[in-house]
Amino acid sequence: MADLLLELFSEEIPARMQAQAAKDLERIVVGALSDRGLMFEGAKTFAGPRRLTLALVGLPSKQPDVSEEKKGPRVNAAAKAIDGFLRSAGVTLEQCETRDDGKGAFYVAVVQRKGRATADVLAEILPECFAKLPWPKSMRWPQSTNAPVRWVRPLHTILCTLDGDVVPFVFAGVASGNRTRGHRFLSKGEIEARRYDDYVRKLRDAFVIVDAEERKDIVLHEVKNKAFALGLEPIADEGLLDEVAGLAEWPVVLIGTIENQFMDVPAEILQTSMRTHQKYFSLRDPKTGQFANRFAVVANMAAADGGKTVVAGNERVLRARLSDAKFFWDQDRKTPLANRVAALAEIVFHAKAGSMLDRAHRVALIAMLLADLLKGDIEKAKRAGLLAKADLTSGVVGEFPELQGVMGRYYALHDGETPEVADAVRDHYRPLGPSDQVPTAAVSVTVALADKIDSLVTLWHAGEKPTGSKDPFALRRSALGIIRILLENKIRLNLLVPIFAALELSDGQRERRFVDRLDGALSNAILVKGIADDLLRAARTRTASAGGNATAAEVMDFFADRLKVALREQGVRHDLIDAVFSLGGEDDIVRLVTRVTALQQFLKTEDGTNLLAGYKRAANILRIEEKKDGRSYPGEPDPALLSLPEEKTLFMDMAAGRELIAAELERERFAEAMSAMAKLRGPVDAFFDKVTVNAPDAALRTNRLQLLARLRETLHTVADYSKIEG
Amino acid sequence: MAKAKTFQELILTLQNFWASKGCLILQPYDDQMGAGTFHPATTLRALGPRPWRAAYVQPSRRPKDGRYGENPNRLQHYYQFQVIMKPAPADIQDLYLESVRAIGLDPAVHDIRFVEDDWESPTLGAWGLGWEVWCDGMEISQFTYFQQVGGIDCDPVSAEITYGLERLAMYVQNVEFVYDLAFNEQFRYGEVFHQAEQEFSAYNFEMADTDILFRHFKDAEKQCQELISGNKKLALPAYDQCIKASHAFNLLDARGVISVTERAAYIARVRALAKACCEAWLATPMGEYKPRFG
Repeated sequence: MADLLLELFSEEIPARMQAQAAKDLERIVVGALSDRGLMFEGAKTFAGPRRLTLALVGLPSKQPDVSEEKKGPRVNAAAKAIDGFLRSAGVTLEQCETRDDGKGAFYVAVVQRKGRATADVLAEILPECFAKLPWPKSMRWPQSTNAPVRWVRPLHTILCTLDGDVVPFVFAGVASGNRTRGHRFLSKGEIEARRYDDYVRKLRDAFVIVDAEERKDIVLHEVKNKAFALGLEPIADEGLLDEVAGLAEWPVVLIGTIENQFMDVPAEILQTSMRTHQKYFSLRDPKTGQFANRFAVVANMAAADGGKTVVAGNERVLRARLSDAKFFWDQDRKTPLANRVAALAEIVFHAKAGSMLDRAHRVALIAMLLADLLKGDIEKAKRAGLLAKADLTSGVVGEFPELQGVMGRYYALHDGETPEVADAVRDHYRPLGPSDQVPTAAVSVTVALADKIDSLVTLWHAGEKPTGSKDPFALRRSALGIIRILLENKIRLNLLVPIFAALELSDGQRERRFVDRLDGALSNAILVKGIADDLLRAARTRTASAGGNATAAEVMDFFADRLKVALREQGVRHDLIDAVFSLGGEDDIVRLVTRVTALQQFLKTEDGTNLLAGYKRAANILRIEEKKDGRSYPGEPDPALLSLPEEKTLFMDMAAGRELIAAELERERFAEAMSAMAKLRGPVDAFFDKVTVNAPDAALRTNRLQLLARLRETLHTVADYSKIEG
Repeated sequence: MAKAKTFQELILTLQNFWASKGCLILQPYDDQMGAGTFHPATTLRALGPRPWRAAYVQPSRRPKDGRYGENPNRLQHYYQFQVIMKPAPADIQDLYLESVRAIGLDPAVHDIRFVEDDWESPTLGAWGLGWEVWCDGMEISQFTYFQQVGGIDCDPVSAEITYGLERLAMYVQNVEFVYDLAFNEQFRYGEVFHQAEQEFSAYNFEMADTDILFRHFKDAEKQCQELISGNKKLALPAYDQCIKASHAFNLLDARGVISVTERAAYIARVRALAKACCEAWLATPMGEYKPRFG
């Protein structure tokens, strides 16, 4: 058994690429080895700023021997054919076996192939493996070889030993050896390493921690300890931790101070500036949550002066950074958010969907319509909708786009907007992801819905529908956001209404008519309500005559798909969602989910299962007979033609059941509607037991088919049973 | 390790250092440009197979960055120190760190790091991979391995190092306001450039005649195309016109008369000129080129 130690030592590898590169290296090398019959007992990979390391233990010293059989010509074949076979297999006739397959004897050459030494195989495959590493971005550099390769950054040395001996090969003009280097500044000269333990220990002595996880632990503990000593705690930031661990071979945590003049600036700005520009951890008081005037920086250096110079330097840089941020913050507040709205005309939202000003107008109008529908405050919805995007023109958001919304809220509060409006400006972007909470305050909810519906409908209309893995405008996230806001707040809404409102507004001319009135209405509540009502009327007219509107239909299908994904995690069957959706006309997500849930409960009962079986039987017969006859069987069965007691019972029970089901559906009592339906199970079973549908008498047959059609229709008032699996 | 005490000492130190590494010490190019990369000693010389090593100071004009002399570190005119080495030496990072020591920053007490920062110039059709070099959290240089210039593969690959001189000097001299820098023992930076920042900010943002600039842009574009059309291979004069067009565009941009959509179109026009000049350059005796990479 042999152990492999491999290190690729290069110029600084981007932090964001390191972990994946280590995984890829392991995957590719392991794959190449197993393709060649070389298995091993364990593998470890590590990545850092200047090196990728792979250690394999328990490799065999050589590949297993293999014997290969080659089927040859029949023994009575022409001599020429036999000679040719022997030549190609590299054997003599005496070495061949003769076998019989029942049709006659033929030659078989058994070729023994000796396994090659593992070191030889490695020397051959490793350069090929390295060339296959899929870097997100790679480069060329001057290489002393005629076959230069692309890699992430120039490669300097390769250490590769098998049980302590160098595995010799060349990659990118670099010959493998058993040497590497330690920390760029804290260590001098080369280090010789033959085995993994030796390697890790010598590098540690040379101020390099090979394992990124260990570097992360060190950073985390040091940050916590140093913060604790000051009565503080770090604000957790997993992404930043990964990044700083990729920027230091020898992480040293130092604490710096933020000048008091910056402590009035909102904590979000300070934290974002420190994180994005400087990669500092922010600290806070664990008891009050108060943002602290300290930061933690992770240096790649145990400095000779204990870090005094490094801290002073970082504080200096931070002063300049925060001066910029503070300047923007002070400047931004000089212009009220409301006065920024006009400047949104300068920001393109989408070439075919206008500017951000157009978008703000649409969001405001749709929010007004939603507030009107949901009996909310139309005036506040309008205000928040108009202001929602205004912070995009502010200096702080220009500098830190991720603070959109957050800054808008600060500016709105500063301008004296109501807290509901200010909160809506911030929260209308939510939920930002599956783990983010949905807004619950009424104004926030209407603007958040309006924002997503506008984005989804107008971009869809502009031809930006998501395909496969491509969803550049995150429309899936928008749809899912809408679904979650509706479900989690149990908001009853006919989604098609705002969808058609958005379509109405995606027509430039019509939009302008509404916007002109919006500008004129100022804060006259009656006029504002009038606009909302008119938009509602326009949307309803469109909804009513909407049979052929492709965008609306596609968007609703898209919702159905998103809903299936969203509900799958809650254990709701996707076929049931289809069964309810395909009834058509259902655009109230809350009602739809209630109905689906009731249906799923019902199908778990014995009545439900049997009724489904009865339905399938009826539907099958109908399908076959309708096809045969080239007609369907609508209309009321004729009670006079009902001859057997079972068909009479079914007829009577169905008539009563239909009314009951309709009444329960009307009152949205889906469980009760299902119970009413369950009562049909007995009569249906009895009918199929005793009654022959295809009676010789044509009138009788037609009447019975009508009875079945009636059953199908009745059940379809609850769900399209044909879509239900099982 | 003596610190470069003045701004000009910093320049002299860098010049002496890179001269000792075999670089030609060139002088600034006599056209207005946004960065040292635009100097033909970088843009054009980075192409073709001939070895090249040069270092020079280049005044860089960024009309939009003017702040009327009121911002502590933003300037519409500042100095870059530019090093270009073709092919990139294998020990270029070590050479660079030696230069950092030479100007008085001791890596034993500072935290010097190479942080991913890939460089791209849409106007030059150029890009490369590299880093920004951090000293105690501050960017002190840009370090790039050129991959393409004018849309053409660089072969061999050059290494380009750019030092932002004012910022570096502010760090070395521990000064917070750029105009307080000691230019030499007698003069402060402000005495040399403060008035210029005020006047040029007014020109860039308020006074520059946009009709004239639009005309200049068009004229330069036309002249550039003429100089390299057909059999004419006047790559260097043509490239001068490309630089002029680029600067006219930067001024127009500062004057706020170019909309977002137009902006992209103007950049594409300058890029087309730069590409044509680079291609023309490769057909000249000093640029001769046979591509090796597909």
